[in-house]
Amino acid sequence: MTTPQRPRLEIEHDSAAGTLRMSGELSIYTVTEAKTAFKNAREIDKIDLQTLNRLDTAGACFLLDVQAKSEAQGQRVEISGAKPEATSLLKTVKSALPQPTAAPITKPFFNRFLERTGRDVAGGVLYLIALTGFLGIFLHRLARALCHPKEFRVTSLVHHCEEVGLRAVPIVALMAFLIGVVLAFQGSTQLRQFGAEVFVVDLIAISVLRELGILLTSIIVAGRTASAFTAAIGSMKMREEIDAMRTLGLDPAMVLFVPRILALLLMLPILGLIADVSGLFGGALMAWIDLGISPEMFATRLVSGTSVNHVMVGLIKAPFFALIIGVVGCHAGMQVESNAESLGRMTSNAVVAAIFAVIVADAIFSIFFASLGI
Amino acid sequence: MSDKVANDVIISVRNLRNQFGSHIVHDELDLDVRRGEIIGVVGGSGTGKSVLLRSIVGLQKPTGGTVNVLGIDVLNANEDTRAALEARWGVMFQDGALFSSLTVRENVEVPMLAVKGLDPDIRRQVADLKIAMVGLPYNAGDKYPSELSGGMRKRAGLARALALDPEIVFLDEPTAGLDPIGASAFDALIVELSRSLGLTVFLVTHDLDTLHATCDRIAVLAERKVLVTGTMQEMLDVDHPWVHEYFHGPRARAASDGKQNTKNKSGGENGN
Repeated sequence: MTTPQRPRLEIEHDSAAGTLRMSGELSIYTVTEAKTAFKNAREIDKIDLQTLNRLDTAGACFLLDVQAKSEAQGQRVEISGAKPEATSLLKTVKSALPQPTAAPITKPFFNRFLERTGRDVAGGVLYLIALTGFLGIFLHRLARALCHPKEFRVTSLVHHCEEVGLRAVPIVALMAFLIGVVLAFQGSTQLRQFGAEVFVVDLIAISVLRELGILLTSIIVAGRTASAFTAAIGSMKMREEIDAMRTLGLDPAMVLFVPRILALLLMLPILGLIADVSGLFGGALMAWIDLGISPEMFATRLVSGTSVNHVMVGLIKAPFFALIIGVVGCHAGMQVESNAESLGRMTSNAVVAAIFAVIVADAIFSIFFASLGI
Repeated sequence: MSDKVANDVIISVRNLRNQFGSHIVHDELDLDVRRGEIIGVVGGSGTGKSVLLRSIVGLQKPTGGTVNVLGIDVLNANEDTRAALEARWGVMFQDGALFSSLTVRENVEVPMLAVKGLDPDIRRQVADLKIAMVGLPYNAGDKYPSELSGGMRKRAGLARALALDPEIVFLDEPTAGLDPIGASAFDALIVELSRSLGLTVFLVTHDLDTLHATCDRIAVLAERKVLVTGTMQEMLDVDHPWVHEYFHGPRARAASDGKQNTKNKSGGENGN
């Protein structure tokens, strides 16, 4: 037994007596052979196991299955010569044999497709309703915190401001700086063809201040913070900490959601402003190196050519994006069930949903400002 | 298998040493497990019961010593030998450790996928049989592990461990976290399966009722080694302080009383 050898099964078919003699091993390793042999052999009314050395549950299950199937066709198959262990195994397996229930009816493909689409649409609508409800809860608790400042946790707010805002400064600044560099570089190559290099300043200023600064900051924050919110709240939900809070008379919305979303609401405009400055700096640097537009000239051109409206249009979007990211993240955290798999799934869902929602909101803002003519 | 002598040793651990940093868990640990028996490993928290189990099945590389299972040196076997050996034992982890992305039936089929050329219908049938054998309802096969209760997950884990009709099953805390009714049902299941399939069972437990109800022999881990092995009766006579406390404490007394009561009751019924 020490060296692994291939298990062998030998089957002799005595067609005159209708006997099938098995010797060797009838186990999970050889049962497929036995099945093929049975398909070819007809009219068997006795299976002889006298020389069978080993029988396992797979083999026993197979033998009983053969017996049951032939019985259903009005033929009796006798299993004989089994050793005591094999007999007791056959008995055990027979008593445990599951009684299969009817297979569930599968619907045709088109129906399933229709059903799934319907479910997805309904799910999407319900998700939006749930998010709106969540926003309502947040606003209600925020108003309550204003009326009863004692219930509000300032320490928690400061902690989250640091997590969400301060810690995000390096990555946001670097990202915006690089965007400025890229814009200046791409813009200059195109504008040089028309001899209009100096308009690169307007290009950088308008695109960074109006759109890219805040949008890309929001996307980075959505990836960084929405996932962190979901993971933190979700793991608390998983370990029943949220339920523990409720039984202790603490309101999870007040303790967990308000400080987080409020911190995001305060910090995102600041991060957006940092991104704006850093983007302009990157653009100015590249314009100087690549086009020879001196920093003074860049500044003069920036002040004269770009209205402060652009900054306002950019930054006014920040609180809305912050609300979206915060609400999506916290809501996803509360959807986590008691298994680790759902935590991972909800975290990645939160990031995708937050980024998507931010971009949709940005598009709506664009249309809104365009129709107002700002 | 039947021609082997009743007490041939199929797991033998010699001089096992496990060390994590400066913390020595096992030192000069010896243990023998005989074919067909149910052995229970007990010990206080942190005495390395699970580490011992993991060392035997090769999940944890010991610092020193030898582990011999079914005549194969586990620690120095090559990959093919190990793979062949792994088909001859099954492990049930504490919470079942089922693959969460697969249904229970697919979980039970996983070990059988390694059998070359196995007919898919037979595979499915055998998986259903194993699910039924561990006492799960027929429709449990289509469920995902997250939809099952803790006790059902353990049963499903056992079904997966039994998929290839192993000679040895290792059970890590089989009754932890089960209600008393579920726990005694699981105890009965272990005994029944071990008898009917000729299994050798190595179980790590804290549960005194399980020890009373199932184990042929008990091994006590203390002072970094297997302090004593023997039947329940022999354990009661050991005068090591921890062992004495363990087997004579209030919970132990309750468990042994429970055992006595059931014996008397069944004896009475037989008499009538």
